[in-house]
Amino acid sequence: MSLNGQSKIPQILKNREAEVLADWLGEQMAAGIRKDLLKEMELREECREFLELFTDAIQQGNFTNIQSPEWRGLKDMLASVSRSRTQKGFTPTETANFVFSFKQPLFKRLRQELGQNGETLLEEILSATNLIDKLALWTTEIYQKTREEVILRQQEELMELSTPVVKLWEGILALPIIGTLDSARTQIMMESLLQMIVQTGSQVAIIDITGVPTVDTLTAQHLLKTVTAARLMGADCIISGIRPQIAQTIVYLGVDLADITTKASLADAFVLALKRSGFAISRSKSAI
Amino acid sequence: MQKNEVISIRSSSDVVLVRQAVRQLAVELGFSLINQTKIVTGASELARNTLEHGGGGTVNIEALDEGTRRGLRLIFEDSGPGIPDLELALKDGFTTGGGLGMGLSGTKRLVNEFDIVSRVGEGTRITITKWK
Ligand SMILES: Nc1ncnc2c1ncn2[C@@H]1O[C@H](COP(=O)(O)OP(=O)(O)OP(=O)(O)O)[C@@H](O)[C@H]1O
Ligand SMILES: [Mg+2]
Repeated sequence: MSLNGQSKIPQILKNREAEVLADWLGEQMAAGIRKDLLKEMELREECREFLELFTDAIQQGNFTNIQSPEWRGLKDMLASVSRSRTQKGFTPTETANFVFSFKQPLFKRLRQELGQNGETLLEEILSATNLIDKLALWTTEIYQKTREEVILRQQEELMELSTPVVKLWEGILALPIIGTLDSARTQIMMESLLQMIVQTGSQVAIIDITGVPTVDTLTAQHLLKTVTAARLMGADCIISGIRPQIAQTIVYLGVDLADITTKASLADAFVLALKRSGFAISRSKSAI
Repeated sequence: MQKNEVISIRSSSDVVLVRQAVRQLAVELGFSLINQTKIVTGASELARNTLEHGGGGTVNIEALDEGTRRGLRLIFEDSGPGIPDLELALKDGFTTGGGLGMGLSGTKRLVNEFDIVSRVGEGTRITITKWK
């Protein structure tokens, strides 16, 4: 970059800091920044911090590579602004505009200082534009990353919600599984099942797979693991919801479920569990 | 009916996609419930092998219509490490990955045709066919 070392921007920012800051704030307020989401005080503080770090970094004369160490401070600051905007509910455009809106006040000062020298002005504006675009892109990247983290966390929460262990009767638990039984889910399921076994002192746990569309060797392995772990905690498992087509497929696959009690339906499994726990079921005469 | 679909297998959610695509096509072709379940389960095994042992790859799902008979053909391909000893890999219970080791041999029993080509250092291609 031809301007390296001779750019007027660091000097201008130093001398005119207060004016640039006021212009920039005014710019954002006029553009209708959402005051319901962000207080003017906060915004002023963010702008002031940005300006300070920007002025510091730009002293080094590096306008092109924001990966280098002198830009680290500003990038960290932008990352935290971006994260807090994401959480507050700003759009990616609004978030990037925090940085983009810095162009106008900066260029205005440049024009005032370099007005006579058209060529230098153009070069300064071009290199500043480039730099600011990069910083704005950086906020967008962080915005995206934060969103992904939020989604991932929600998925994990959903997974925990979707493996509830319910107490059916004194000493009898049920664990209805719906969807795919992957490794992460098995882990969560096993943990909550074992915990409930201890908490309730249950002797029987029914794992219902009516809602699992495909039982392959991995699913089978996960079921076997869960059953073994429950057994070690002193509870017997019954697997219910094995439909005829699944039973046949398991046999062809060659997976050995012979050690495990299985039942076609949850109702059948429940009756068996009651019997094993010493309850007898009878229909009262009056109900007939 | 002439149908052909390629799905890339890069993550475990792709394995779910493969199962869903195979099931949908099997239903469209009028497969019985038991045959749907068999081909979907086989697809699940091979998709997972492609992902876990082959380092990812693709599956080509093809509906076959030969006039008198209809079926589904699935071709799983990866450029992974390959399988050094096919006979051993096809043995019940053989695994190098801590699985049950029933995926390959079990799938072979679930389908009508099973073909496997593998070269060490180049990759693996497994073709299965299930007739309606
Ligand atoms: N696409 C592949 N590329 C390389 N090696 C493979 C591939 N598919 C299978 N193998 C090898 O064959 C072995 C047996 O496969 P198989 O699917 O039967 O068992 P597994 O995947 O180890 O366990 P699981 O019972 O959970 O499927 C694997 O452990 C692996 O070493
Ligand atoms: Mg396998």
